[in-house]
Amino acid sequence: MRYSGFKVIKEGLFGNKGWKPAWRDPAPKAEYDAIIIGGGGHGLSTAYYLARNHGLTNIAVLEKGYLGSGNIGRNTTIVRANYFLQGNSEFYSHSMKLWEGLESELNYNVMHSQRGLINLFHSDGQRDAFARRGNMMVNQGDDAILLDREGVREHLPYLDFEQTRFPIYGGLLHPRGGTARHDAVAWGYARGADRRGVDLIQNCEVTGIDIENGRVTGVQTTRGAIRAKKVGMVVAGRSSQVAAMAGMRLPIESHILQAFVTEGLKPVIDHVISFGMGHFYISQSDKGGLVFGGDLDFYASYASRGNLPMVEHVMEAGMTLMPMIGRAKVLRSWGGIMDMSPDGSPIIDKTHIDGLFVDCGWNYGGFKAVPASGWCMAHLMATGESHPVAARFKLNRFETGHILDEEGTGSQHNLH
Amino acid sequence: MRLTCPLCGPRDRREFYYYGSDDYLNRPAEGDGPQAWDAYLHLRDNPAGITHDLWYHDMGCSSWLRVTRNTVTHEIHAVDAVAAPAKGGAK
Ligand SMILES: Cc1cc2nc3c(=O)[nH]c(=O)nc-3n(C[C@H](O)[C@H](O)[C@H](O)COP(=O)(O)OP(=O)(O)OC[C@H]3O[C@@H](n4cnc5c(N)ncnc54)[C@H](O)[C@@H]3O)c2cc1C
Ligand SMILES: [Zn+2]
Repeated sequence: MRYSGFKVIKEGLFGNKGWKPAWRDPAPKAEYDAIIIGGGGHGLSTAYYLARNHGLTNIAVLEKGYLGSGNIGRNTTIVRANYFLQGNSEFYSHSMKLWEGLESELNYNVMHSQRGLINLFHSDGQRDAFARRGNMMVNQGDDAILLDREGVREHLPYLDFEQTRFPIYGGLLHPRGGTARHDAVAWGYARGADRRGVDLIQNCEVTGIDIENGRVTGVQTTRGAIRAKKVGMVVAGRSSQVAAMAGMRLPIESHILQAFVTEGLKPVIDHVISFGMGHFYISQSDKGGLVFGGDLDFYASYASRGNLPMVEHVMEAGMTLMPMIGRAKVLRSWGGIMDMSPDGSPIIDKTHIDGLFVDCGWNYGGFKAVPASGWCMAHLMATGESHPVAARFKLNRFETGHILDEEGTGSQHNLH
Repeated sequence: MRLTCPLCGPRDRREFYYYGSDDYLNRPAEGDGPQAWDAYLHLRDNPAGITHDLWYHDMGCSSWLRVTRNTVTHEIHAVDAVAAPAKGGAK
Protein backbone atom coordinates (compact mmCIF):
# COMPACT_ATOMS: atom_id res chain seq x y z
CA MET A 1 0.00 0.00 0.00
CA ARG A 2 1.40 3.36 -1.02
CA TYR A 3 0.99 6.17 1.48
CA SER A 4 -0.07 9.58 0.21
CA GLY A 5 -1.99 12.67 1.25
CA PHE A 6 -4.87 11.45 -0.90
CA LYS A 7 -4.89 8.12 0.95
CA VAL A 8 -4.97 9.86 4.35
CA ILE A 9 -7.99 11.95 3.30
CA LYS A 10 -9.79 8.96 1.81
CA GLU A 11 -9.24 6.81 4.90
CA GLY A 12 -10.28 9.71 7.11
CA LEU A 13 -13.59 9.91 5.28
CA PHE A 14 -14.32 6.19 5.50
CA GLY A 15 -13.47 5.42 9.12
CA ASN A 16 -9.82 4.47 8.61
CA LYS A 17 -10.84 0.89 7.88
CA GLY A 18 -8.60 0.40 4.88
CA TRP A 19 -5.18 0.58 6.57
CA LYS A 20 -3.19 -2.63 6.57
CA PRO A 21 -0.30 -3.66 8.83
CA ALA A 22 2.90 -2.01 7.59
CA TRP A 23 4.72 -5.35 7.46
CA ARG A 24 3.97 -9.07 7.65
CA ASP A 25 4.68 -11.29 10.65
CA PRO A 26 6.19 -14.36 8.98
CA ALA A 27 7.39 -17.55 10.66
CA PRO A 28 11.09 -18.19 10.11
CA LYS A 29 11.97 -20.39 7.13
CA ALA A 30 14.51 -23.19 7.49
CA GLU A 31 17.03 -21.41 5.30
CA TYR A 32 17.77 -17.95 3.87
CA ASP A 33 20.47 -16.59 1.58
CA ALA A 34 21.42 -14.12 4.30
CA ILE A 35 20.47 -13.38 7.88
CA ILE A 36 20.77 -10.07 9.69
CA ILE A 37 20.90 -10.37 13.49
CA GLY A 38 19.30 -7.29 15.07
CA GLY A 39 16.21 -5.33 14.07
CA GLY A 40 17.44 -1.86 14.98
CA GLY A 41 18.04 0.97 12.56
CA HIS A 42 21.22 -0.54 11.14
CA GLY A 43 19.88 -4.09 10.76
CA LEU A 44 16.72 -2.90 9.02
CA SER A 45 18.55 -0.54 6.67
CA THR A 46 21.05 -3.31 5.84
CA ALA A 47 18.18 -5.61 4.89
CA TYR A 48 16.51 -2.88 2.88
CA TYR A 49 19.61 -2.08 0.83
CA LEU A 50 20.48 -5.78 0.35
CA ALA A 51 17.11 -6.10 -1.35
CA ARG A 52 17.10 -2.74 -3.11
CA ASN A 53 20.69 -2.43 -4.31
CA HIS A 54 21.71 -6.05 -4.64
CA GLY A 55 18.49 -7.92 -5.41
CA LEU A 56 18.90 -10.21 -2.41
CA THR A 57 15.37 -10.79 -1.17
CA ASN A 58 15.51 -14.25 0.36
CA ILE A 59 16.79 -12.77 3.62
CA ALA A 60 15.61 -12.38 7.19
CA VAL A 61 16.11 -9.91 10.02
CA LEU A 62 16.04 -11.66 13.40
CA GLU A 63 15.10 -9.44 16.31
CA LYS A 64 14.98 -10.66 19.90
CA GLY A 65 12.31 -8.15 20.97
CA TYR A 66 10.19 -6.01 18.71
CA LEU A 67 11.47 -3.96 15.80
CA GLY A 68 12.95 -0.72 17.00
CA SER A 69 13.06 -1.72 20.67
CA GLY A 70 16.75 -0.85 21.01
CA ASN A 71 18.70 2.37 20.61
CA ILE A 72 16.98 3.29 17.39
CA GLY A 73 13.95 4.26 19.50
CA ARG A 74 15.96 5.78 22.37
CA ASN A 75 18.24 8.36 20.82
CA THR A 76 18.12 12.13 20.70
CA THR A 77 17.70 11.99 16.89
CA ILE A 78 20.48 14.31 15.79
CA VAL A 79 21.46 13.96 12.14
CA ARG A 80 24.65 15.71 11.03
CA ALA A 81 27.67 15.41 8.74
CA ASN A 82 30.30 17.41 10.61
CA TYR A 83 33.15 14.95 10.86
CA PHE A 84 36.76 15.93 10.51
CA LEU A 85 38.80 12.85 9.71
CA GLN A 86 39.01 11.33 6.29
CA GLY A 87 37.45 7.92 6.65
CA ASN A 88 34.62 9.35 8.73
CA SER A 89 33.74 12.47 6.75
CA GLU A 90 33.00 10.79 3.42
CA PHE A 91 30.87 8.19 5.19
CA TYR A 92 28.69 10.69 7.08
CA SER A 93 28.51 12.86 3.98
CA HIS A 94 27.12 9.88 2.07
CA SER A 95 24.67 9.26 4.90
CA MET A 96 23.46 12.87 4.80
CA LYS A 97 22.71 12.57 1.09
CA LEU A 98 20.72 9.42 1.72
CA TRP A 99 18.79 11.19 4.51
CA GLU A 100 17.90 13.98 2.14
CA GLY A 101 16.15 11.56 -0.21
CA LEU A 102 14.93 9.11 2.40
CA GLU A 103 11.26 10.05 2.65
CA SER A 104 10.54 9.71 -1.05
CA GLU A 105 12.79 6.64 -1.23
CA LEU A 106 10.84 4.90 1.53
CA ASN A 107 7.44 6.52 0.87
CA TYR A 108 7.44 7.18 4.59
CA ASN A 109 7.43 10.37 6.61
CA VAL A 110 10.52 10.17 8.82
CA MET A 111 10.08 13.84 9.76
CA HIS A 112 13.60 14.69 8.68
CA SER A 113 14.04 18.33 9.64
CA GLN A 114 17.17 20.17 8.54
CA ARG A 115 16.76 22.89 11.13
CA GLY A 116 20.48 23.60 11.46
CA LEU A 117 22.96 22.46 14.07
CA ILE A 118 25.05 24.96 16.03
CA ASN A 119 28.08 23.76 18.00
CA LEU A 120 29.11 26.51 20.39
CA PHE A 121 32.70 27.36 21.25
CA HIS A 122 34.00 29.13 24.30
CA SER A 123 37.71 29.83 23.82
CA ASP A 124 40.20 30.84 21.12
CA GLY A 125 41.50 27.31 20.93
CA GLN A 126 38.04 25.89 20.47
CA ARG A 127 37.33 28.47 17.78
CA ASP A 128 40.42 27.40 15.86
CA ALA A 129 39.43 23.76 16.15
CA PHE A 130 35.92 24.49 14.87
CA ALA A 131 37.22 26.65 12.02
CA ARG A 132 39.41 23.74 10.99
CA ARG A 133 36.54 21.30 11.26
CA GLY A 134 34.31 23.66 9.25
CA ASN A 135 36.91 23.81 6.48
CA MET A 136 37.09 20.03 6.38
CA MET A 137 33.31 19.83 6.12
CA VAL A 138 33.30 22.31 3.25
CA ASN A 139 36.12 20.42 1.52
CA GLN A 140 34.08 17.27 1.84
CA GLY A 141 31.25 19.04 -0.01
CA ASP A 142 29.05 19.64 3.01
CA ASP A 143 28.13 22.94 4.59
CA ALA A 144 29.56 24.85 7.54
CA ILE A 145 29.45 28.51 8.56
CA LEU A 146 31.58 29.95 11.34
CA LEU A 147 29.50 32.37 13.43
CA ASP A 148 30.93 34.94 15.79
CA ARG A 149 29.18 35.82 19.01
CA GLU A 150 26.80 38.26 17.34
CA GLY A 151 26.06 35.72 14.65
CA VAL A 152 25.10 33.20 17.31
CA ARG A 153 22.99 35.82 19.06
CA GLU A 154 20.93 36.32 15.90
CA HIS A 155 20.01 32.65 15.86
CA LEU A 156 19.89 31.95 19.58
CA PRO A 157 19.10 35.16 21.45
CA TYR A 158 18.06 33.26 24.58
CA LEU A 159 21.48 31.85 25.48
CA ASP A 160 23.24 33.25 28.52
CA PHE A 161 25.83 35.38 26.72
CA GLU A 162 26.76 37.40 29.79
CA GLN A 163 28.15 34.63 31.95
CA THR A 164 31.84 34.92 32.71
CA ARG A 165 32.65 31.28 33.39
CA PHE A 166 32.03 29.90 29.90
CA PRO A 167 31.63 32.94 27.62
CA ILE A 168 30.19 32.16 24.20
CA TYR A 169 32.74 33.10 21.54
CA GLY A 170 30.70 31.85 18.62
CA GLY A 171 29.48 28.68 16.97
CA LEU A 172 29.86 26.44 13.96
CA LEU A 173 26.58 26.36 12.06
CA HIS A 174 25.88 23.26 10.00
CA PRO A 175 22.69 24.24 8.15
CA ARG A 176 21.96 20.76 6.80
CA GLY A 177 22.15 19.24 10.26
CA GLY A 178 18.94 18.59 12.17
CA THR A 179 16.76 15.83 13.50
CA ALA A 180 14.41 13.05 12.34
CA ARG A 181 11.74 10.96 14.00
CA HIS A 182 13.73 7.96 15.25
CA ASP A 183 10.98 5.32 15.35
CA ALA A 184 9.78 6.33 11.91
CA VAL A 185 13.22 5.59 10.50
CA ALA A 186 13.04 2.03 11.81
CA TRP A 187 9.44 1.63 10.66
CA GLY A 188 10.12 3.11 7.25
CA TYR A 189 13.03 0.78 6.57
CA ALA A 190 11.11 -2.16 8.01
CA ARG A 191 8.16 -1.53 5.72
CA GLY A 192 10.42 -0.95 2.74
CA ALA A 193 12.34 -4.19 3.37
CA ASP A 194 9.15 -6.18 3.94
CA ARG A 195 7.68 -4.89 0.69
CA ARG A 196 10.73 -6.18 -1.14
CA GLY A 197 10.23 -9.62 0.35
CA VAL A 198 12.49 -9.55 3.40
CA ASP A 199 11.18 -11.58 6.37
CA LEU A 200 11.21 -9.50 9.56
CA ILE A 201 11.10 -11.99 12.43
CA GLN A 202 10.44 -10.57 15.87
CA ASN A 203 10.71 -12.26 19.27
CA CYS A 204 13.49 -14.35 17.80
CA GLU A 205 16.69 -14.17 19.80
CA VAL A 206 19.86 -15.56 18.29
CA THR A 207 21.46 -17.87 20.85
CA GLY A 208 24.23 -19.44 18.81
CA ILE A 209 26.14 -19.08 15.56
CA ASP A 210 26.88 -22.27 13.65
CA ILE A 211 30.32 -22.53 12.13
CA GLU A 212 31.78 -25.45 10.18
CA ASN A 213 35.37 -25.51 8.94
CA GLY A 214 35.73 -21.76 9.33
CA ARG A 215 32.49 -21.01 7.46
CA VAL A 216 29.25 -19.78 8.94
CA THR A 217 26.34 -22.13 8.22
CA GLY A 218 23.48 -20.57 10.17
CA VAL A 219 22.23 -19.55 13.58
CA GLN A 220 20.45 -21.07 16.56
CA THR A 221 17.49 -19.05 17.79
CA THR A 222 14.68 -19.20 20.33
CA ARG A 223 12.49 -20.09 17.33
CA GLY A 224 14.70 -22.90 16.10
CA ALA A 225 17.76 -23.28 13.90
CA ILE A 226 17.94 -21.25 10.69
CA ARG A 227 20.53 -21.92 7.99
CA ALA A 228 22.29 -19.23 5.98
CA LYS A 229 25.65 -18.89 4.25
CA LYS A 230 25.87 -15.22 5.13
CA VAL A 231 25.19 -13.74 8.56
CA GLY A 232 25.52 -10.12 9.61
CA MET A 233 25.81 -9.21 13.29
CA VAL A 234 24.15 -5.79 13.69
CA VAL A 235 23.26 -5.66 17.36
CA ALA A 236 24.76 -2.38 18.66
CA GLY A 237 25.15 -2.57 22.47
CA ARG A 238 24.91 -6.38 22.44
CA SER A 239 27.69 -6.86 19.89
CA SER A 240 30.12 -8.45 22.33
CA GLN A 241 27.62 -11.13 23.38
CA VAL A 242 26.66 -12.07 19.83
CA ALA A 243 30.27 -12.06 18.60
CA ALA A 244 31.19 -14.29 21.55
CA MET A 245 28.81 -16.90 20.05
CA ALA A 246 31.29 -17.06 17.18
CA GLY A 247 34.24 -17.22 19.56
CA MET A 248 35.22 -13.61 18.89
CA ARG A 249 36.30 -10.87 21.25
CA LEU A 250 35.51 -7.38 19.94
CA PRO A 251 37.16 -4.04 20.68
CA ILE A 252 33.89 -2.89 22.25
CA GLU A 253 32.77 -1.91 25.72
CA SER A 254 29.08 -1.25 26.40
CA HIS A 255 28.17 1.96 28.20
CA ILE A 256 24.98 3.76 29.14
CA LEU A 257 23.98 7.06 27.59
CA GLN A 258 21.00 8.86 29.12
CA ALA A 259 18.52 11.22 27.51
CA PHE A 260 15.77 13.45 28.83
CA VAL A 261 12.56 15.01 27.58
CA THR A 262 10.42 17.74 29.10
CA GLU A 263 6.71 18.39 28.94
CA GLY A 264 5.53 19.80 25.61
CA LEU A 265 6.13 23.52 25.13
CA LYS A 266 5.33 26.00 22.40
CA PRO A 267 8.09 26.29 19.77
CA VAL A 268 11.06 27.88 21.49
CA ILE A 269 14.23 26.16 20.28
CA ASP A 270 14.47 26.07 16.50
CA HIS A 271 17.91 24.49 16.08
CA VAL A 272 19.94 21.66 17.45
CA ILE A 273 22.42 23.24 19.85
CA SER A 274 25.45 21.79 21.54
CA PHE A 275 27.33 23.39 24.40
CA GLY A 276 31.10 23.27 24.01
CA MET A 277 31.77 23.23 27.75
CA GLY A 278 30.42 20.27 29.59
CA HIS A 279 28.66 17.94 27.26
CA PHE A 280 25.08 19.10 26.62
CA TYR A 281 22.94 19.15 23.48
CA ILE A 282 19.32 20.02 22.97
CA SER A 283 16.56 20.28 20.39
CA GLN A 284 12.79 20.53 20.49
CA SER A 285 10.69 17.66 19.21
CA ASP A 286 7.69 18.10 16.96
CA LYS A 287 5.48 17.35 19.96
CA GLY A 288 7.10 20.29 21.76
CA GLY A 289 9.22 18.43 24.31
CA LEU A 290 12.77 19.61 24.83
CA VAL A 291 14.98 16.62 24.07
CA PHE A 292 18.43 16.77 25.58
CA GLY A 293 21.36 14.74 26.77
CA GLY A 294 25.00 14.79 27.74
CA ASP A 295 27.84 12.40 28.38
CA LEU A 296 27.98 8.69 29.07
CA ASP A 297 27.67 7.52 32.64
CA PHE A 298 31.34 6.55 32.05
CA TYR A 299 31.41 2.99 33.41
CA ALA A 300 30.57 -0.20 31.53
CA SER A 301 26.89 -1.04 31.98
CA TYR A 302 24.00 -2.95 30.47
CA ALA A 303 21.41 -1.57 32.88
CA SER A 304 19.42 0.48 30.31
CA ARG A 305 19.03 3.12 32.98
CA GLY A 306 21.41 5.75 34.18
CA ASN A 307 22.79 7.02 37.44
CA LEU A 308 22.09 10.32 39.15
CA PRO A 309 25.45 12.12 38.92
CA MET A 310 25.09 12.41 35.15
CA VAL A 311 21.51 13.61 35.53
CA GLU A 312 22.77 16.39 37.75
CA HIS A 313 25.61 17.26 35.38
CA VAL A 314 23.34 17.47 32.35
CA MET A 315 20.82 19.67 34.17
CA GLU A 316 23.60 21.95 35.38
CA ALA A 317 25.06 22.30 31.90
CA GLY A 318 21.64 23.09 30.45
CA MET A 319 20.95 25.72 33.08
CA THR A 320 24.37 27.29 32.52
CA LEU A 321 23.77 27.61 28.81
CA MET A 322 20.10 28.60 28.66
CA PRO A 323 18.58 29.43 32.02
CA MET A 324 15.18 29.91 30.37
CA ILE A 325 14.57 26.16 30.31
CA GLY A 326 14.74 25.93 34.09
CA ARG A 327 10.98 26.11 34.52
CA ALA A 328 10.27 23.24 32.15
CA LYS A 329 9.44 19.99 33.91
CA VAL A 330 11.32 16.88 32.91
CA LEU A 331 8.83 14.20 31.92
CA ARG A 332 11.03 11.22 31.34
CA SER A 333 14.62 10.09 31.25
CA TRP A 334 15.99 6.82 29.96
CA GLY A 335 19.20 5.12 28.95
CA GLY A 336 20.45 3.10 26.01
CA ILE A 337 23.31 0.63 25.75
CA MET A 338 26.05 2.05 23.56
CA ASP A 339 28.64 -0.02 21.71
CA MET A 340 31.73 2.07 22.46
CA SER A 341 34.83 1.45 20.36
CA PRO A 342 38.36 2.46 21.46
CA ASP A 343 38.60 5.29 18.89
CA GLY A 344 34.96 6.37 18.77
CA SER A 345 34.52 5.22 15.17
CA PRO A 346 32.48 2.30 13.87
CA ILE A 347 33.32 -1.08 12.39
CA ILE A 348 31.76 -2.45 9.19
CA ASP A 349 33.83 -5.44 8.17
CA LYS A 350 34.14 -9.14 7.51
CA THR A 351 35.40 -11.37 10.27
CA HIS A 352 37.94 -14.21 10.18
CA ILE A 353 34.96 -16.56 9.73
CA ASP A 354 33.80 -16.89 6.11
CA GLY A 355 30.35 -15.44 5.57
CA LEU A 356 30.20 -13.73 8.98
CA PHE A 357 30.10 -9.92 8.98
CA VAL A 358 29.99 -7.33 11.72
CA ASP A 359 28.55 -3.82 11.93
CA CYS A 360 29.06 -2.21 15.34
CA GLY A 361 30.95 0.42 17.32
CA TRP A 362 28.40 3.18 16.78
CA ASN A 363 29.13 4.84 20.07
CA TYR A 364 26.54 7.52 20.54
CA GLY A 365 26.45 8.65 16.95
CA GLY A 366 24.80 5.78 15.17
CA PHE A 367 21.43 7.29 14.41
CA LYS A 368 22.65 9.63 11.68
CA ALA A 369 24.61 6.71 10.28
CA VAL A 370 21.60 4.43 9.80
CA PRO A 371 21.21 5.00 6.02
CA ALA A 372 24.91 4.79 5.10
CA SER A 373 25.65 1.93 7.49
CA GLY A 374 22.91 -0.16 5.89
CA TRP A 375 24.10 0.86 2.44
CA CYS A 376 27.72 -0.12 3.17
CA MET A 377 26.97 -3.25 5.19
CA ALA A 378 24.70 -4.46 2.38
CA HIS A 379 27.48 -3.76 -0.13
CA LEU A 380 29.94 -5.71 1.99
CA MET A 381 27.63 -8.68 2.53
CA ALA A 382 26.62 -8.84 -1.13
CA THR A 383 30.00 -8.28 -2.78
CA GLY A 384 32.49 -9.31 -0.11
CA GLU A 385 34.27 -5.95 -0.51
CA SER A 386 34.13 -2.86 1.70
CA HIS A 387 32.20 0.04 0.21
CA PRO A 388 34.61 2.90 -0.63
CA VAL A 389 33.07 5.30 1.92
CA ALA A 390 33.36 2.71 4.69
CA ALA A 391 36.73 1.34 3.69
CA ARG A 392 38.49 2.46 6.86
CA PHE A 393 36.00 0.93 9.29
CA LYS A 394 38.14 -2.18 9.63
CA LEU A 395 37.89 -4.58 12.51
CA ASN A 396 41.67 -4.92 12.79
CA ARG A 397 42.53 -1.22 12.60
CA PHE A 398 43.43 -1.10 16.28
CA GLU A 399 46.01 -3.81 15.83
CA THR A 400 47.49 -2.18 12.73
CA GLY A 401 47.39 1.33 14.18
CA HIS A 402 44.97 2.80 11.62
CA ILE A 403 42.65 4.27 14.20
CA LEU A 404 40.06 6.98 13.48
CA ASP A 405 40.09 8.98 16.70
CA GLU A 406 37.86 11.90 15.76
CA GLU A 407 38.19 13.58 19.14
CA GLY A 408 41.82 12.69 19.75
CA THR A 409 41.12 11.31 23.20
CA GLY A 410 43.11 8.08 23.04
CA SER A 411 42.24 4.42 23.10
CA GLN A 412 39.90 4.22 26.05
CA HIS A 413 36.39 3.04 25.28
CA ASN A 414 34.51 5.55 27.41
CA LEU A 415 36.30 8.69 26.26
CA HIS A 416 34.67 9.23 22.88
CA MET B 1 26.01 4.02 43.12
CA ARG B 2 28.53 3.81 45.95
CA LEU B 3 31.87 2.05 46.14
CA THR B 4 33.37 0.93 49.43
CA CYS B 5 37.01 1.87 49.24
CA PRO B 6 39.10 -0.48 51.41
CA LEU B 7 40.89 2.54 52.87
CA CYS B 8 38.20 5.24 52.95
CA GLY B 9 34.95 3.32 53.37
CA PRO B 10 31.72 3.80 51.42
CA ARG B 11 31.95 6.76 49.07
CA ASP B 12 29.87 8.33 46.35
CA ARG B 13 30.54 7.19 42.80
CA ARG B 14 31.55 10.75 41.90
CA GLU B 15 34.76 10.44 43.90
CA PHE B 16 36.04 7.76 41.54
CA TYR B 17 37.42 7.74 38.04
CA TYR B 18 36.56 4.72 35.88
CA TYR B 19 39.42 3.49 33.75
CA GLY B 20 38.20 0.26 32.17
CA SER B 21 38.36 -3.49 32.40
CA ASP B 22 41.00 -5.10 34.60
CA ASP B 23 42.57 -6.42 31.41
CA TYR B 24 44.74 -3.35 31.93
CA LEU B 25 46.48 -5.22 34.76
CA ASN B 26 47.88 -7.80 32.34
CA ARG B 27 50.38 -5.73 30.47
CA PRO B 28 52.12 -7.62 27.66
CA ALA B 29 55.74 -8.55 28.19
CA GLU B 30 58.52 -6.72 26.45
CA GLY B 31 58.83 -8.02 22.91
CA ASP B 32 55.24 -9.23 22.66
CA GLY B 33 53.73 -8.56 19.23
CA PRO B 34 50.93 -6.24 18.13
CA GLN B 35 48.28 -8.88 18.78
CA ALA B 36 49.11 -8.96 22.48
CA TRP B 37 48.99 -5.17 22.67
CA ASP B 38 45.72 -5.09 20.76
CA ALA B 39 44.18 -7.56 23.19
CA TYR B 40 45.49 -5.60 26.16
CA LEU B 41 44.36 -2.16 25.01
CA HIS B 42 41.27 -2.77 22.91
CA LEU B 43 39.66 -6.21 22.97
CA ARG B 44 37.19 -6.78 25.79
CA ASP B 45 34.97 -9.58 27.10
CA ASN B 46 32.45 -6.84 27.89
CA PRO B 47 30.21 -9.15 29.94
CA ALA B 48 26.54 -8.52 30.68
CA GLY B 49 26.83 -9.65 34.28
CA ILE B 50 29.79 -9.92 36.62
CA THR B 51 32.79 -7.87 35.57
CA HIS B 52 36.09 -6.74 37.06
CA ASP B 53 37.22 -3.24 36.34
CA LEU B 54 39.66 -0.60 37.50
CA TRP B 55 38.63 2.54 39.32
CA TYR B 56 40.83 5.25 40.77
CA HIS B 57 39.88 6.93 44.04
CA ASP B 58 40.52 10.37 42.62
CA MET B 59 38.93 12.48 45.34
CA GLY B 60 39.96 10.15 48.15
CA CYS B 61 43.07 8.15 48.90
CA SER B 62 44.36 7.95 45.30
CA SER B 63 44.29 4.15 45.32
CA TRP B 64 43.73 2.10 42.21
CA LEU B 65 40.90 -0.30 42.94
CA ARG B 66 39.73 -3.50 41.32
CA VAL B 67 35.95 -3.55 41.51
CA THR B 68 33.86 -6.69 41.07
CA ARG B 69 30.36 -5.66 40.07
CA ASN B 70 27.34 -6.56 38.00
CA THR B 71 26.93 -4.54 34.79
CA VAL B 72 23.23 -5.41 34.56
CA THR B 73 22.09 -4.59 38.11
CA HIS B 74 24.87 -2.15 39.16
CA GLU B 75 25.44 -4.24 42.32
CA ILE B 76 28.94 -3.95 43.76
CA HIS B 77 30.31 -7.28 45.01
CA ALA B 78 33.87 -6.41 46.03
CA VAL B 79 36.36 -3.57 45.97
CA ASP B 80 40.02 -4.49 46.39
CA ALA B 81 43.13 -2.38 46.27
CA VAL B 82 45.19 -3.29 43.22
CA ALA B 83 48.35 -2.78 45.23
CA ALA B 84 47.26 -4.95 48.17
CA PRO B 85 50.37 -5.57 50.27
CA ALA B 86 49.24 -9.16 50.91
CA LYS B 87 49.42 -9.77 47.17
CA GLY B 88 52.99 -8.60 47.01
CA GLY B 89 52.55 -4.96 46.09
CA ALA B 90 51.77 -3.29 42.82
CA LYS B 91 51.92 -5.42 39.73
C1 LIG C 1 20.26 8.24 24.76
C2 LIG C 1 20.84 8.08 23.38
C3 LIG C 1 20.98 9.19 22.56
C4 LIG C 1 21.52 9.07 21.29
N1 LIG C 1 21.57 10.16 20.48
C5 LIG C 1 22.00 10.06 19.20
C6 LIG C 1 21.95 11.18 18.33
O1 LIG C 1 21.47 12.26 18.70
N2 LIG C 1 22.43 11.05 17.07
C7 LIG C 1 22.96 9.88 16.63
O2 LIG C 1 23.42 9.83 15.50
N3 LIG C 1 22.99 8.77 17.43
C8 LIG C 1 22.51 8.84 18.70
N4 LIG C 1 22.51 7.72 19.52
C9 LIG C 1 23.12 6.48 19.03
C10 LIG C 1 22.20 5.61 18.17
O3 LIG C 1 20.92 5.54 18.75
C11 LIG C 1 22.80 4.21 18.07
O4 LIG C 1 24.16 4.29 17.70
C12 LIG C 1 22.10 3.34 17.02
O5 LIG C 1 20.70 3.38 17.19
C13 LIG C 1 22.61 1.92 17.15
O6 LIG C 1 22.25 1.11 16.05
P1 LIG C 1 20.85 0.34 15.94
O7 LIG C 1 19.78 1.31 15.67
O8 LIG C 1 20.99 -0.73 14.95
O9 LIG C 1 20.75 -0.25 17.41
P2 LIG C 1 19.50 -0.97 18.23
O10 LIG C 1 18.24 -0.24 17.89
O11 LIG C 1 19.94 -1.06 19.59
O12 LIG C 1 19.45 -2.35 17.46
C14 LIG C 1 20.10 -3.52 17.88
C15 LIG C 1 19.04 -4.60 17.96
O13 LIG C 1 19.64 -5.87 18.11
C16 LIG C 1 18.77 -6.66 18.89
N5 LIG C 1 19.51 -7.80 19.44
C17 LIG C 1 20.49 -7.78 20.37
N6 LIG C 1 20.92 -9.03 20.62
C18 LIG C 1 20.19 -9.86 19.83
C19 LIG C 1 20.17 -11.28 19.65
N7 LIG C 1 21.00 -12.09 20.33
N8 LIG C 1 19.31 -11.79 18.74
C20 LIG C 1 18.46 -10.98 18.04
N9 LIG C 1 18.44 -9.64 18.19
C21 LIG C 1 19.29 -9.08 19.07
C22 LIG C 1 18.28 -5.69 19.94
O14 LIG C 1 17.08 -6.14 20.56
C23 LIG C 1 18.10 -4.41 19.15
O15 LIG C 1 16.78 -4.23 18.69
C24 LIG C 1 21.98 7.81 20.82
C25 LIG C 1 21.82 6.69 21.64
C26 LIG C 1 21.24 6.80 22.90
C27 LIG C 1 21.06 5.59 23.76
ZN1 LIG D 1 40.01 5.57 49.02
